[in-house]
Amino acid sequence: MQKNSNILGRLDWVTVMLWLVMMVMGWLNIYAAVYNEQHTSIFDLSQRYGKQLLFIIAALVLAVLVMVTDNKFWFFFAWFIYGFSLLLLLLVLIIGKEINGARAWFELGSFSLQPSEFGKFATGLALASFLNSQRDASGFRVMASATAIIIAPVLLIALQPDMGSVITYFAFFIVLYREGMSIYVFISAVLAVVLFLLTLILGVVPVATGLIVLAIIVLAATSGTSLTFRAAGVMAATGGVAFIVGRYLLDLDTAGIILAAVVMAGVVYLWFIYRMKLNMPAVIYAFLISGILYLFTVDYAFHNILQPHQETRINIMLGLEADPYGEGYNLNQSLISIGSGGFSGKGYLNGTQTKFKFVPAQSTDFIFCTVGEEWGFVGSVVVTGLFVWLLLRLLMMAERQRTTFIRAYGYGVFGLFLVHFFVNIGMTIGVMPVIGIPLPFFSYGGSSLWGFTLLLFVFLRLDAGRSEYLG
Amino acid sequence: MLSSSTSSDPADEETVMKDRYANRKYFIMALVVIAAIILITRLFYIQIIDKTYRVSAANNALRPVTQYPARGLIYDRNGELIVYNQAAYDLLVIPVQTSAFDTARFNQILGITDEDFRSRMRTAMSYSRRAPSVFMKMISSETYALLQEELYRFPGFYVQSRTLRKYTRPVASHLLGYVGEVDNKLITRDRYYRSGDYIGISGIEKSYEEQLRGRKGVTIFLVDVHNNIKGSYADGRYDTVAVPGANLKSTIDLNLQEFGEKLMHNKTGSIVAIEPATGEILALVSSPSYDPGLLVGRVRSENFSMLQADTIKPLFDRALMASYPPGSTFKIMNGLIGLQEGVIAPSSLFSCSMGYHAGSLTVGCHSHRSPLNLIEAVSQSCNSWFCNAFRNILENKEYGSLQDAFDQWREYLVAFGFGNKLGIDLPNELAGNIPTRSYYDRYYGKDRWKALTVISLAIGQGEIGATPLQMANMAAVIANRGSFFIPHVVKQIGNDGSPSPLYLQKYITGISPENFEPVIEGMEGAVNGGPGSTARGARLDSIIICGKTGTAQNPHGKDHSIFVAFAPKDNPQIAIAVYVENAGFGSTFAAPIASLLIEEYLTGEIKRKYLEDYVLKMVIKPDAKE
Repeated sequence: MQKNSNILGRLDWVTVMLWLVMMVMGWLNIYAAVYNEQHTSIFDLSQRYGKQLLFIIAALVLAVLVMVTDNKFWFFFAWFIYGFSLLLLLLVLIIGKEINGARAWFELGSFSLQPSEFGKFATGLALASFLNSQRDASGFRVMASATAIIIAPVLLIALQPDMGSVITYFAFFIVLYREGMSIYVFISAVLAVVLFLLTLILGVVPVATGLIVLAIIVLAATSGTSLTFRAAGVMAATGGVAFIVGRYLLDLDTAGIILAAVVMAGVVYLWFIYRMKLNMPAVIYAFLISGILYLFTVDYAFHNILQPHQETRINIMLGLEADPYGEGYNLNQSLISIGSGGFSGKGYLNGTQTKFKFVPAQSTDFIFCTVGEEWGFVGSVVVTGLFVWLLLRLLMMAERQRTTFIRAYGYGVFGLFLVHFFVNIGMTIGVMPVIGIPLPFFSYGGSSLWGFTLLLFVFLRLDAGRSEYLG
Repeated sequence: MLSSSTSSDPADEETVMKDRYANRKYFIMALVVIAAIILITRLFYIQIIDKTYRVSAANNALRPVTQYPARGLIYDRNGELIVYNQAAYDLLVIPVQTSAFDTARFNQILGITDEDFRSRMRTAMSYSRRAPSVFMKMISSETYALLQEELYRFPGFYVQSRTLRKYTRPVASHLLGYVGEVDNKLITRDRYYRSGDYIGISGIEKSYEEQLRGRKGVTIFLVDVHNNIKGSYADGRYDTVAVPGANLKSTIDLNLQEFGEKLMHNKTGSIVAIEPATGEILALVSSPSYDPGLLVGRVRSENFSMLQADTIKPLFDRALMASYPPGSTFKIMNGLIGLQEGVIAPSSLFSCSMGYHAGSLTVGCHSHRSPLNLIEAVSQSCNSWFCNAFRNILENKEYGSLQDAFDQWREYLVAFGFGNKLGIDLPNELAGNIPTRSYYDRYYGKDRWKALTVISLAIGQGEIGATPLQMANMAAVIANRGSFFIPHVVKQIGNDGSPSPLYLQKYITGISPENFEPVIEGMEGAVNGGPGSTARGARLDSIIICGKTGTAQNPHGKDHSIFVAFAPKDNPQIAIAVYVENAGFGSTFAAPIASLLIEEYLTGEIKRKYLEDYVLKMVIKPDAKE
């Protein structure tokens, strides 16, 4: 008992408070979203708000259970839990129930459970345990192993297929970054995203041209003017010849010609570099050529690998396409409901957009619409603020750990909350494409509520007992 | 335990190492702030700056109303209408707008009970009290007329019009297919469809779904909290106009089709008739059949279960989905391949003493004059002759091994469209089966089989399977002396369009035109020849029909009767395959049916009433053992 009260004394009560407030706010908004004159009692168990109350109570029980476990438990059983979650993800592909085209749910009586939610927790633990056994995450081998730990559940989830959940697993790269992942990996990832978006908006040819110009500028900045002129001259001459041959003799399309010209110019150019025994221009050229190849891959992947509706969703987000009744219907309705909230909102239970069933998934993925419509800008900022508070609190807690295990786990929790928070709210207001992932503690549903509660409370438990782990 | 395991490391060194990346937390912190700034800026913009999202102060909402286009019509090759649309009406209800009304009268108009009314109302309310939902689907135009007059007395109810398929004649059900509500699985895969939409489920309706359906339109209305329409949203900027579906001109000759179905009445089997010069299918009959009108509207699911439960399987399209051993009709193929390979000549003579004998093996034959040449062997369908010919094909010294010769033999068959789907523009076509070298290798051991092992292929029996469609196509190839177009059932998409380019491409089979002549002579002899000819029942005085009978062995019961033919001999207009299941020899049953159809198609009338009566009266019960 002495130990338990000790734990309660060291529990981070601010976080617990935030958690409680968010759950209650979520519950009230679910009530508003599916409000129905025939079932006005918020405790009516036949309605989603009644069920959500049960889920919340179960979450409270879960939190208490986590608090009374020994805090070494999670460390020693990390791999076991990870293995178990992979097993569940495998099982769900076989005996799971197909809902909306994805085999992502176990059906247990009247409840459904989503193992990918539990998988996030398990992956966070396993990754933290792995990093704890390493010096840091800067080496290539560590990166590769860590990536494998993250990718295993991702592959299984991709088979369901549940692309929303797949995206959330990228949150774990924040952990790797904090633990020493090479900064270049990070820069490459950011560049990849920027190039991806630019390619979609501007097309392959202008972006490729831009990359070439950029390479020449960098070359000039690093290798002196005279060399730059000579190198650029060699490149331009070879590239020009290749361009003319491709255009007028082989009748290729523009994108193909540019690729061919750059490759041919590159071969001559590399020879030139070899003769001059230079290092830096080779690196620049390697970056350029991989960049251009990447552009072609993006172009191909976007049109051939993504499903048409995913393609459309991204185009809508980029403003390249408007489809207010087809793929863009959700977003358009979502924008109307949030936008019509104005400064102070229409008042609790007075929202109209969400109640007419105009906004789909209004109590789950689009729960923020109800917040935006009924509580307006003020309410939206309050909810955003609560999340920022929680995230910064988690960050502070992670930084006060003396073991890599707890810190890495804490960063995993932080990363997942950050991605869910930004992607979910972002999609309802059109800064992210429509990706079906829940808003932590707000969205209706047991699996996600319990998944997030488990994530959070294991971290709280580890934090409360952090002195028992020696750094 | 953890503390003991890590305490061996100097703690301070650990701390120093971990701190190397500690300053990265500032960047991560910045990420949170940036994310929050992006979201709040955007929220500020859409909630405070941009007024367009606040549609109006009166809490207006959008209501998209789908405009359903009329589905394309289907005509026959002579421009006669086969399938058209009839208006049908869905009764919708918005529960919150209903108030007390005379439910007795309402139920009387709709012909439903009080309890039925309450259960429908409950369903509607559980969907949404404010949004419209379907109260009753596809009410008839008579009911609609009655209801329309009194609709003002039933607040909250309104009618949305849809169209239903109607058929000018109760024929061609397998070919045309039917239309039904789209299932949930497809809705998640194909974004065009929404719950309650109609989609072609089989036949032309399915394979030409995209052309027939047209494109739905949508009108977006502004509605207030009481769901009253206030006008169009954004001046119709986001509305789309419905595009009606394209009309199709089928290759079917509706009269021939109807006549074929009539002749096949009380029999199980199928007929495929093709115009050789184009590959256009003139008639596609599968018997037993059903009235396509049965699978329309509210009665559809009920009738569908009934048809599905029927033991005679009326939903099964035998013309495309049944694969039979082709029997003696297949001798034509072996004759052609033998000639092309130069291992037999039209004058080759093979003797026959009541069958083919090689060692302990005997393939029986009927009694006829011996020896015969190729032409006689085709018209009298001599088993022995073709066993010899087939052996010559496989034991051809030109090839390194018997197996290589077999591969070449198979290649000719594939070029004729056997063993693969032909690619007709109808769903669910069967590929049939031509055994491969590896199949026999697996069965007998690698290269350990000989011509005699597979000798039944000589007479179209054994592991070989072909659909009636493939057999009709074979008849078309022979009629064309070596080439064909993929058989198809639609010749025009849209009012002046053409068919899919797939069907305009000519396929060459690799058998030279001159090699067809002796075989065709034989087929002519089978129908028009003297004693011993197998198909004299198909003879027509005015037109030279070339044909070949066959019997498909049926391990489950009585054999199936087959007849393939084309006519006239010169400049053929029609190629046909007729299958009558459990009818025994081809000459007795399938041949007269083919002959009558050819007469009907080429002359437009039936002079041989006695023959027609004979066929119409013929009742062949499906074999009980099947």
